[in-house]
Amino acid sequence: MSTTLGPVTLPNPVMTASGCAANGQELHRFFPVDELGAFVTKTVMAAPRSGRGTPRMAETASGMLNSIGLQGPGIEAFLENDLAWLASVGARVLVSIAGNTAAEFGEVAERLASSPAFAAVVGVEVNISCPNVANRGLVFACDPVSSDAVVRLVRESLPATTPIFAKLTPDVTDIVTIADAALGAGADGLTMINTLLGMVIDTDLLRPQLAGVTGGLSGPAVRPVAVRALWQVTAAMRDGRLPTAPLIGVGGVRTGRDALELVAAGASAVQVGTATFNDPSRPRRVVDELEAEIARHGFTRFADVVGIAHDRMVSP
Amino acid sequence: MSAASVAPTAGGVTQVVGSVVANDPVGAYRHLVISAPGVAELASPGQFVALAVGGPTSATLLRRCFSLHRVDAGRGTVEVVIAAHGPGTTWLTQVRVGDPVDVVAPLGQPFPLPAEPTACVLVGGGYGSAPLFWLAQALRERGCHVELVLGAATRDRLFGVDLADGTTDGVTVTTDDGSAGHRGWVSDVLGDVITRAGATEVFACGPMAMLKSVTDVAAAHAAVAHVAVEESMACGVGVCMTCVLPITTQDGVTKMLRSCVDGPVFRGDSVRWDAFANGICHVPADTVGAPRAGGH
Repeated sequence: MSTTLGPVTLPNPVMTASGCAANGQELHRFFPVDELGAFVTKTVMAAPRSGRGTPRMAETASGMLNSIGLQGPGIEAFLENDLAWLASVGARVLVSIAGNTAAEFGEVAERLASSPAFAAVVGVEVNISCPNVANRGLVFACDPVSSDAVVRLVRESLPATTPIFAKLTPDVTDIVTIADAALGAGADGLTMINTLLGMVIDTDLLRPQLAGVTGGLSGPAVRPVAVRALWQVTAAMRDGRLPTAPLIGVGGVRTGRDALELVAAGASAVQVGTATFNDPSRPRRVVDELEAEIARHGFTRFADVVGIAHDRMVSP
Repeated sequence: MSAASVAPTAGGVTQVVGSVVANDPVGAYRHLVISAPGVAELASPGQFVALAVGGPTSATLLRRCFSLHRVDAGRGTVEVVIAAHGPGTTWLTQVRVGDPVDVVAPLGQPFPLPAEPTACVLVGGGYGSAPLFWLAQALRERGCHVELVLGAATRDRLFGVDLADGTTDGVTVTTDDGSAGHRGWVSDVLGDVITRAGATEVFACGPMAMLKSVTDVAAAHAAVAHVAVEESMACGVGVCMTCVLPITTQDGVTKMLRSCVDGPVFRGDSVRWDAFANGICHVPADTVGAPRAGGH
């Protein structure tokens, strides 16, 4: 079940999803987090950040909206407490970073690279697509030019051996264009998808349910969107319209079979997010369930299943 | 998504597919007894359980969290009191004996027990009183004098008046409509009860507005309030960051803390009640990392 993401090989392709697993210690009560292919941390920025007011959550059919607003301790406290702890238990860490400006993305990456615990870091996920920011212009992934500047600065701030994955939003006209910009700027791979911007109105109070008004939609409800995004970008790579690069699939994975769907569309690794709220042991269970699915189909190598739906598509 | 049992770890929490032992009506609520081996010996009053709803393929993903009403290590059971609000709680009120229920427990910080015997007043709003009888028992075992104040909108929304007699040194009841006990709110009678009992500690569980007034009344009578807050939670285990509220920490700064791991029990005077209005909790401007102009 090992998988290769650019210069990095992981023992299995299952990860947590950023913002759905805190920074490890909470889930470690339920399973050893080093048993995952990688642990993906909650997005960290340069300074501590309170996040938004509450209510921050609205349950929806097969999913939820969240409006957290990137609450976090700031990079210094993250390195001292969280990354050090993850390293101490032997976890492979994919660190999710963000900034209010392209320069801040670069600063956070630079601080990370200078950490004594940096050896535990198998990659950096560049969150250019969080919808919960007051200035939607901050969603760099909606704009190829902004994506390019952010990814370039992060790339310059990290050793060449540390792969960076740009996390993309599906809330764009053409995700292939954004993928192209991120890869062209030096991203080694892409994580798809971030949450979709949504909204719930409380029908008793007849007003927005979330304090932040809008929020990010996640959970099984969005899985078809994730499959579609992975499919389109993988198809563009196979056609030669995009450079070939590893994709990390995320969106609505609850079971091994769900994970297999993203893998068949083109994902070399899969993250488990909202389902963790339903069952804190889910990410670990998906490791075993996906392995069973791969075996059920008679494959011995995980890599042989990545993107297989493109090969098996019945052409008209 | 049935879950195999997860062995208890150093975190003092376990996950187990329990089964319903009893589901009985009690006033406007349901009293559930669930067989969940391994939980009781880890649990203390004030902690809570997170229950999955709707079965393995449910489209209702988020767990529902309830204060532990009682635990029995001998029988391996946990007990909760549930009110039907939405689809998740409605499903739980309808489970039958023998049905499986996925339990994660015990969660959160318990009520702090005083080091020395003292007089305590326990205040419950509606079914928020569920954890207080177990707490009363623990306090009396430590030599504390324990009085109870139970309030609700109407008589059928009170919980545990009949349980109070055996477990406490006195009980005062209020209802908004006067259908039982004093007409009015718990805060109308609390001051007199604190004074009469000479109480130094107040423990409360119920709606946020009630917890604020309990905190105010306790402070006015030189008592410390410990409140179990009611914040909606997506996960209950500390990974989703939805159940935060502004708390003044011991170093004097305000932080948005998770009620599921740092709470649900907080000192009442540490909660920034000024941030709550009209069902919204704002981030106070002096919070660590608060949004600057333009928000975030």
